[in-house]
Amino acid sequence: MLASYVPIVIFILVALSLPVVGLVVGRLIRPYKPHATKLMAYECGVDPEGDARDRFSIRFYIIAILFVVFEVETIFLFPWAIIYRRLALFGFIEMLVFLGILIVGYFYVWKKGALEWV
Amino acid sequence: MDINYTAILPEIMLSLVGICIMLLIPFVPRERQTHLGYLALAGIVLAFFGVAMGWGQTDLAFSEMIFQDDFGQFSKIFFLFVSTVILLISMNYLEQEKLFQGEFFVLLLFATVGMLFMATSADLIMTFLGLEVLSISTYILAGFKERERKSSEAAWKYFLLGAFSTAFLLYGIAFVYGATGSTKYLQIAEAIQASPDYSLILFVGLGLMMVGFGFKVALAPFHAWTPDVYEGAPIPITALLAVASKGAALLALVRILYQVFPDLSQQWQAILWPMAVMTMAIGNIAALTQSNIKRMLAYSSIAHAGYLLVGLTAHNPLATQGILFYLVAYAFMTLGALIVVQIVGRREEQHTTIEDYNGIGYRYPFLGIALSVFLISLAGIPATAGFMGKLFVFSAAVQSQMYGLVVIALVTSAIGLYYYLRVIVSMYMGEFKTEKIPITISMPLRIILTLLVLGTLYLGILPGSLLNLAEEAASF
Amino acid sequence: MVLEHFWILILFPLVGAAMNGILGRRFPHPVIAWLSCSTVALSFLVALLSFYNFIRLPEDQRILTHHLFTWIQSGNFISEFSFLLDPLSMVMILVVTGVGFLIHIYSLGYMAGQSGYYRYFAYLNLFIFMMSVLVLADNYLLMFVGWEGVGLCSYLLIGYSFEKRTAGDAAKKAFILNRIGDVGFLIGVFLIFRTFESVQYLTVFQAVSEQFAVMGTEFGVLGAITLLLFIGATGKSAQIPLYVWLPDAMEGPTPVSALIHAATMVTAGVYMIARSAPLYSRAPETLFIIAVVGISTALLAALIATVQRDIKKVLAYSTISQLGYMFLAMGVGAFGAGVFHLLTHAFFKALLFLGSGSVIMALHHEQDLFKMGGLRKYLPVTFYTMWMGALAIAGVPLFSGFFSKDAILWKTFAAGNEALWLMGVVVAGLTAFYVSRLMFLTFHGGERSEKHHQGAPDPSPKEPSWSVTLPLIILAGFSLLAGYIGLPSYLGNNRLEEFLAPSFRFQFSGQAASAMEHAHLTEVILTLVTLAVAFLGFALAYHFYIKNPQVAERLANRFPWLYSLLRRKFFLDEIYDWLIVGPVQRISRTILWKGMDVHVIDGLVHGTASLMQAWSHRVKRIQSGYARLYATWILGGALLILFYYYWISP
Repeated sequence: MLASYVPIVIFILVALSLPVVGLVVGRLIRPYKPHATKLMAYECGVDPEGDARDRFSIRFYIIAILFVVFEVETIFLFPWAIIYRRLALFGFIEMLVFLGILIVGYFYVWKKGALEWV
Repeated sequence: MDINYTAILPEIMLSLVGICIMLLIPFVPRERQTHLGYLALAGIVLAFFGVAMGWGQTDLAFSEMIFQDDFGQFSKIFFLFVSTVILLISMNYLEQEKLFQGEFFVLLLFATVGMLFMATSADLIMTFLGLEVLSISTYILAGFKERERKSSEAAWKYFLLGAFSTAFLLYGIAFVYGATGSTKYLQIAEAIQASPDYSLILFVGLGLMMVGFGFKVALAPFHAWTPDVYEGAPIPITALLAVASKGAALLALVRILYQVFPDLSQQWQAILWPMAVMTMAIGNIAALTQSNIKRMLAYSSIAHAGYLLVGLTAHNPLATQGILFYLVAYAFMTLGALIVVQIVGRREEQHTTIEDYNGIGYRYPFLGIALSVFLISLAGIPATAGFMGKLFVFSAAVQSQMYGLVVIALVTSAIGLYYYLRVIVSMYMGEFKTEKIPITISMPLRIILTLLVLGTLYLGILPGSLLNLAEEAASF
Repeated sequence: MVLEHFWILILFPLVGAAMNGILGRRFPHPVIAWLSCSTVALSFLVALLSFYNFIRLPEDQRILTHHLFTWIQSGNFISEFSFLLDPLSMVMILVVTGVGFLIHIYSLGYMAGQSGYYRYFAYLNLFIFMMSVLVLADNYLLMFVGWEGVGLCSYLLIGYSFEKRTAGDAAKKAFILNRIGDVGFLIGVFLIFRTFESVQYLTVFQAVSEQFAVMGTEFGVLGAITLLLFIGATGKSAQIPLYVWLPDAMEGPTPVSALIHAATMVTAGVYMIARSAPLYSRAPETLFIIAVVGISTALLAALIATVQRDIKKVLAYSTISQLGYMFLAMGVGAFGAGVFHLLTHAFFKALLFLGSGSVIMALHHEQDLFKMGGLRKYLPVTFYTMWMGALAIAGVPLFSGFFSKDAILWKTFAAGNEALWLMGVVVAGLTAFYVSRLMFLTFHGGERSEKHHQGAPDPSPKEPSWSVTLPLIILAGFSLLAGYIGLPSYLGNNRLEEFLAPSFRFQFSGQAASAMEHAHLTEVILTLVTLAVAFLGFALAYHFYIKNPQVAERLANRFPWLYSLLRRKFFLDEIYDWLIVGPVQRISRTILWKGMDVHVIDGLVHGTASLMQAWSHRVKRIQSGYARLYATWILGGALLILFYYYWISP
């Protein structure tokens, strides 16, 4: 039974080692010639100004959350689509209910103005 | 594929009404948002009908995910009543605080759906689902007063710690599934019965699940969020957390321990025992020196969870009966006390220290008497519901020969007398400070308070009828 | 017909007490008086009618019981509220209601105009009720109810003028000493229950006569029971060592002294022993103790009485002394004689007390004998009636006291206790001395009373009203005539003994009826000896107080220590104070109050409270508000649980 965990262990090891290896190899191979301009923070080519510790607009967070929700909704659509035939009418109505609830949510978000970027 | 819709009719009703309100919110002008509460009320009434329609069936439903037994019916009616009360006081509260947001009612309804699922679930996944629906709704509700720092802090802490412990719960479910091959209550029980040599994984799963539920019921050492969250949340939500949320988690735990893991009783009793002792001790001792009444009531509710846990540890039919009775009694007195706190607190909950209650007993006799009755009941003095509840729960423990536990319970109960009586003393013997805003009690609140007082006294003197109902429910 | 319902006589005074007690404050005095006197009169009437029918019954049927209701039923302990009417209780109830009635009449005059009138009569009625319950009870527990009840009424009435500190103290003293005796009494009753599984007289006596048919030689359970009951009697009937409350009890109104502390309550102990004759007759050791205690008390009290200045105190000590005689009688097994003396004593002692009350009233509450004198011309009725009582108590022939006292002395001698008999004779002499001293100082000789009372309208003493004098006359008549029911054997039949015989039928008859019983000549000689001694006492008193008044004073100065000893009542009160009262108070104050109560108990309570408070602060502070800490707790708790399960897993 424990044997089935072996692939997971291997996976963990690979996942752990990839960044480590990448960083170590990079560190070992690359040349080290620091320069002021090279070390500056990147801000789309412009000179960076102010602190990096600004407050972010919460809109980003809301957009991200909404994205996740609808993304998961989409993901649920896939398995449903695959056995759509077998689920017949019942499955269709059920998925409509599911989508309906989410559309209500979307409607609410829209009317509340969360989709306004400004 | 048997889907017995009548089994989940209440939940469906509540959800539909919630969705309707959600759709209406953007169209209702700001000042009238609180009227959406009436719609929510209609939803609960419909849910009651739903319960009535599904009456008398005893079966599994919804792909064996829902129990349809007396225990479930009892729980559903209980939660619907509690939600009604909270809804009514919320409407008053929102008006008072000028929080014109109908989302409140939506979330309240959804939370109720969660509670109903938790109490009637027959599958661990279903329980988890109900728990999450309840939790997420209450996370938001706890932070509803966005302008208030304390409210946001409460919501944030609650969310963080809640998510943390839900993780434990889920992990525990996973382990149990791994050990028994199913998430359905009855099948798990069968599996456990079938193979008497229990694997470590099963225990680990059980233990982790208890962590998750322990958080929700606010048992030590998982109770730490309670004082801060209860204090920061708006008072109707404090009531929701203290009574409904705690009750839902407790009833789910009752089902899980008594229906799924009865054979492991030795193992989980060994854990519950010290938890009960710690809970009662911490709850009662910390409450002694609180000056904020909401915080004091938070600790008090921790202590009462401890007493309920004493009953839970006992594991006999009388215990289930006792827990159900106690829960109802507890609902009466805690809701009542918190309503009074809301009334006395006035705008922005400015007056929530115990000193604010000085002399209230004579100036506002109705409030004085009501709060006194509730506090006396919480203290467990005879002729009140609180006493009866404690009596039954402790009797169940005695029946299981857990004498030490009962003794500790009684001692801590006695200690607890102090902080309840302190408020009464303050009310009747404190010097009344002149106030800038007088206390007003709206008619609906007055009616609710009267009913709660009468109920508390009735249950204390004639517990028979409720006891019979609980007995029927206790046999699952 | 009345006889079947004899027991209702106890209800009348109860009703009277209730009505006067609860509503009496608003009644005018005549109503109060009428109410209480009529209830007692009714009781007496019922008693008389019952008696009339009673003696018509054949001898073996003279035992009637009436069961009212079952009071306590616990396990196999059953106590009934039921009453017994037999010769003994018949005699007692007649005395109680009869003398009680007379004293109620007397009180009308004596208490006229006093504040708290209704209280007095309510208590007095209540007393009659309690005393009736005591004598009519058919079991020890119900008797004890009456026993306690009369103690209560005694307390209430002694302390009637509660504004006076002395009255309150005296009441407390009486009650406390009574209580001490009651401890013994109760333990005795418990033992009775344990031994016989019942507390009902007839059941117990039947059992005793069967189980203890042969006299044992050890001091067995019967000895213990009887001794314990006797301890109760020493408290109630003022014997050594618990008698010290009786002189102090004179603080109460004089009629109260007459009724309670002479005629009835103090005789309860005697009655109890007489009632328990079946038990006592089988406990010779206890009987001996009783006899010795009785005569010692009689002697001690008589000695003290000889030098008292207060008229009521003389009579108080006299009562103690005469009670000693009654116990002496009990102690030698002469139960009938003891009851006889109880009966006669009730008459003449009540008479003497009421007479003294009349004197006190006439002199505006002067009680010092040495401030009286020459009152015979002012209070003739009192004078003559009191002399009749004095002659009775002194044992002058023809008067009742002669017959009863002689019966006791003869029975004592006949049972072989010559030493006790001799002491009894000495006491008789002393009795004659002090009572004639009292009479001489009060009524004869020069007038020593202070005639100047500021602004008194009529300074010279006057005979009080008919309500006072009528009872005096009636009692005097009984003092004279009552003796004839108990004639000594050389003069005829002792009707009283015959009458009482059925009450004593369970008595142990093992002792051979002494041949001495029929030695009439000896009896007569002894009687004459007693008379001589009494006459000596009388003469001495005459010499000291009439002929040659300075003799007494000179004697007192010659033997100051003796005089002091007697005056100060043998310092017994002081001894008790030093020995018992003082230490008890000190212990209570320092150990029990300061030590236990304040330090231990209060300390526990406050200590727990402060401990809880300290803990509460600590627990509060743990709750830091720091969410990461809370999460750590959750994690910690989870780890503990997991560790536990790992540990116990198979």
